[in-house]
Order: sequence, then structure tokens, then C-alpha cells
Amino acid sequence: MGKQPIIILRDVHKHFGHVHALRGVDLDVYPGEVVVVIGPSGSGKSTMLRCINRLETIDQGYIEVDGIPLDQAKNINKVRAEIGMVFQLFNLFPHLTALENVMLAQRVVRKRSPEEAEAKARELLARVGIPEKANSYPAQLSGGQQQRVAIARALAMDPKIMLFDEPTSALDPEMIKEVLDVMLDLAREGMTMVVVSHEMGFAKAAADRIVFMDEGQIVEETTPEELFTAPKHPRTQEFLSKILH
Amino acid sequence: MTVREGTRPKSVGGALVDWLAEVPWWVVIIIVLITLFVGRILASSQERELYWKALQFVTACPQGQETCAVWDRIGVMLTLKATVVGYALALVLGLIGGLFRVSKNPVTYAISTLYVEVVRGIPLLVIIMYAGYVITPALRDATNQQVDLRGFPSAVLGLAFGYGAYLAEVFRAGIESIPKGQMEAARSLGMSYPQAMRYVILPQAIRVILPPLGNNFIAMLKDSSLISVIALPDLLQQGRLFVSRTFRAFEGYNTVALLYLLMTLILSIIVRLIERKSALPGRL
Ligand SMILES: Nc1ncnc2c1ncn2[C@@H]1O[C@H](COP(=O)(O)OP(=O)(O)OP(=O)(O)O)[C@@H](O)[C@H]1O
Ligand SMILES: [Mg+2]
Repeated sequence: MGKQPIIILRDVHKHFGHVHALRGVDLDVYPGEVVVVIGPSGSGKSTMLRCINRLETIDQGYIEVDGIPLDQAKNINKVRAEIGMVFQLFNLFPHLTALENVMLAQRVVRKRSPEEAEAKARELLARVGIPEKANSYPAQLSGGQQQRVAIARALAMDPKIMLFDEPTSALDPEMIKEVLDVMLDLAREGMTMVVVSHEMGFAKAAADRIVFMDEGQIVEETTPEELFTAPKHPRTQEFLSKILH
Repeated sequence: MTVREGTRPKSVGGALVDWLAEVPWWVVIIIVLITLFVGRILASSQERELYWKALQFVTACPQGQETCAVWDRIGVMLTLKATVVGYALALVLGLIGGLFRVSKNPVTYAISTLYVEVVRGIPLLVIIMYAGYVITPALRDATNQQVDLRGFPSAVLGLAFGYGAYLAEVFRAGIESIPKGQMEAARSLGMSYPQAMRYVILPQAIRVILPPLGNNFIAMLKDSSLISVIALPDLLQQGRLFVSRTFRAFEGYNTVALLYLLMTLILSIIVRLIERKSALPGRL
């Protein structure tokens, strides 16, 4: 790509007590790239993602985001504001309406005026296809609608990077597409994305690269075409045969 | 409304049965009993006079004053004032204590744990005596009579200090009941820990702990009767004064008990209304 990576991981290790969750992870993500992370349960996908915005601290190694080494970041909140994160269980704020969910961090972190924050929130809710749900509370929305609000909430910070941790795995099948469509649009607009997901349709359509993790390590890195036609690593082959039936 | 409809299956009897089940019968029974009781008092002129006198004792003006503002009256009004001010202070102490209890800072955690465990191990009555007879004189001596907490301030501080420990535990439990994902979502958006607490965690925790906060308020109204031991002329103290002047214990304590009951009843109805109002839409 010729550019500097916007995310750099070098030999990253993470322990949870006796569990060695990450065992030397190396990863470069370039601006505008869409990287899809796959791998069996417990392989460390979520942990790796959470290390990138320092929701988890690392025991060893080096992480740099947008030119800032995370361990030296004077203000981690500033770094995090540039990294949107979308969770499996949405994690919307249940005491706020959809509109307020999208406005809150704009007001508190970005210090935008109420008018500016509301205009931006409405624009984003329209973009994710639910402008009419602005005044609904999360409990009044379907899972797919909640996840789209969560994406709008992250986008409202104008992030440079978006992290997705299994954004559709808690959704009923008929709602998965509406969320993936929003993510596809984002990818086409050139957003840098790291997506933990086993939605192979999305991976084929949007991924520049697919990363296969197993037992805390990145075992294989390939393009979607290569992965589906000729996976190199035997564990990748085994895993693919399981999820592709 | 939704909460109740969700928990009780609709009965076959229809709207009337549903409506009957919605009525808080215990309130009705208490009101009927009070009405019968008051009716009996009013029927006899001697009784009427006695209870009227007791009522004057528990709503009197401070000693040596013929007239005064409603706000300055002792007895019932003093009890209410001590409860409201004491509870407000206890809320502040409880909030700070609760935040310290969930903080990762070992110093603040140790301070709040010490406070909670020490205070919970000492009877409130003893704490109030400390406030009145140990802390207040010591402060007066140490500050050359500049800081004088005698009377109402010492009573309120004793109540607040004692209740603050219980409220700290209520706040801690409320904060811990909010799923971890809420804090993570807030932090991932770039909010600081205090911002996440203030805008995301506490607004949800408050809704969770509203019932115990309400119960503690009502409990404090009753426990405020303990301040009579450091000679504050609250409802109980004025009732006792009436009894010692008239030797009419039955009428005196009837008046005291009835007034406490009336106040706690009204409070618990208010608390229920607030709970209903603050429930989040779209949840069972
Ligand atoms: N907070 C934690 N405390 C203890 N162990 C943890 C914690 N978070 C993760 N782990 C452990 O670390 C390992 C990696 O977990 P991680 O959640 O990253 O896996 P994953 O690849 O995301 O799996 P899944 O597909 O099930 O989400 C697992 O063994 C998990 O049990
Ligand atoms: Mg995971």
C-alpha cells in the first residue's frame, strides 16, 4: 500500500491468570483496509480487538494506533475517541433514546453543541436506515436496529478505525443482513475496519485480508479468494470445513 | 403498571377483579382503622381534649416562644427536618462511599471499607451519642467555641454518618449491578472513568437502587427518634414530655405512633410513585 500502517501489533502477549490468551500476535492494518478475523472460540479474537483500544492492557509486546504507541499514550481517551467499537451484545445505554445514545459522547467527549450533536446523530441514524427510531429506547428496538444504533453511536465520533466484535452473532438470521449492509457501505467508503466475524459472505464482499487465529496466534493471513480456494494451514482447513458446513 | 401486569396473569374475572387486585388493601385497612380510632376520640369530649393537648405538644414552638413559623416548630416538624437534612447528607456520604468502594484505588477503597464496616458494627444510637456528647464538645474545645454543633447539627450529622454507611453499600451494589459492557462501551467512545460513571453508570444504578433508597428514607424517619436521647425535641421527645406532664402514656404514645405511621405511609406512597415514574419504557 505504500502507506504507514494505522494499527501495528508486535509480539503481543496477554495472560488472564493462567490462561495465555495471546501468544505473540503480529498484525499490520493499513488505512482503508478491511481485515476480517476468524478462528475458533477462545482463540483470542476478542482479546486482540480489545487490546487495540486498550480495554485490555497487554503483558508484553507493542501496539501502535495512528502513530501513537498505546503504552505511552498520555491520554488514552483521546486515542479511543478515534477508534469506534461495536460489541456483540450492542451495549447501548438503556436509559437513553437512540438519538441520545448517538449524541452523548459527541457532547461529553467531542464537546459539540447540542444542535450540532443532534444534527449529526439524526444524519447517522438516517444513514443506518432508522431515522424514525430516534426517540425509541433500546428495549423498544429489535436486535438489528439496536446494533445499527450502536454503529451510528461509534461513527458519531468520526473515528479513523472501526472495530467490530461479532456484530451479528447475537442477531436473528433475518436481521443479520441489515447490519452487514451498513458495514458493507462503511467498507466501500474507505473506513479502516477490523471485523471479528464468521459471516463469510461479508468477508468475500468486503475483506482485503482474512486473518485466521488459533490458540492465541495468527496462524494464517490471506486474501478471501485464497482462503476459500486454497487454505494453506491444516487448522485453517479444518476450521473452514466446520463453518462452511 | 406494566410491571404488575407482567407479573400477574390476567384473571378470568375480568376488569373488576383486576381492579380489586390492584388496590393496595393494606393502605385501605390502615385508613379505616385510623378513621375508627379518630372517630372514637372525637366522640368523647375528655378524650378530645387530651389528644388535642398531645397534638399541641408535638407541634409546639421552641421553648420560650409563644408563636413561630411552621418551619421552626418542634416535634413533628423537627423530626421531618432532621430526616430530610440527615438523609440528604447520608446520600452524599453514601454516593462517595459507594464510588470509593468500587474504585480500583487501594487507598480510597480502604477508607470506604473501613467506614462501612466500622459504622455497621456500632448501633446507630451509640453513634448519635458520640456525635452529641463526644465529637461536638471536642470540636468546640478544639476551635475555641467557633465550631458549635450542639443541637440540630450534631443530631443530623450522627444520623447521616450512620446511614451513609448503609447507603454506601446500596450504591456499591447498584453500580455493580450494571453490566460491565456499559462501562466498556462508554470508555470505548473516549469517555473518562468519571464521565462514564456520571452519564452512563449512575443514571442506571439510581433506577436500580430506588427501592432500597426509599426504604432507607422511611427507616431513617423512624430511626430519627433516636436523636431524642441527645435532648432534641423531636416527635418522640415531645410525646414523652406530654406523658411526663399529664401521666397519660396511652394517649401520648398513641399520638406519637400514629403520627409516625401517617408520615411513613405518605412517604411509601410517594416512593412508589417515583419508582413507577422512573421506570424505563419498553422493559418489563
Ligand atoms: N476477562 C477474562 N478473564 C479470564 N479469561 C479470559 C477473559 N477474557 C478472555 N479470557 C480467556 O482468554 C481466551 C481468549 O478469549 P477471547 O474472548 O479472546 O476468545 P475469542 O476468540 O473471542 O472467542 P469467542 O469466539 O468465543 O468469542 C479464552 O480462553 C478466554 O476464556
Ligand atoms: Mg469473542
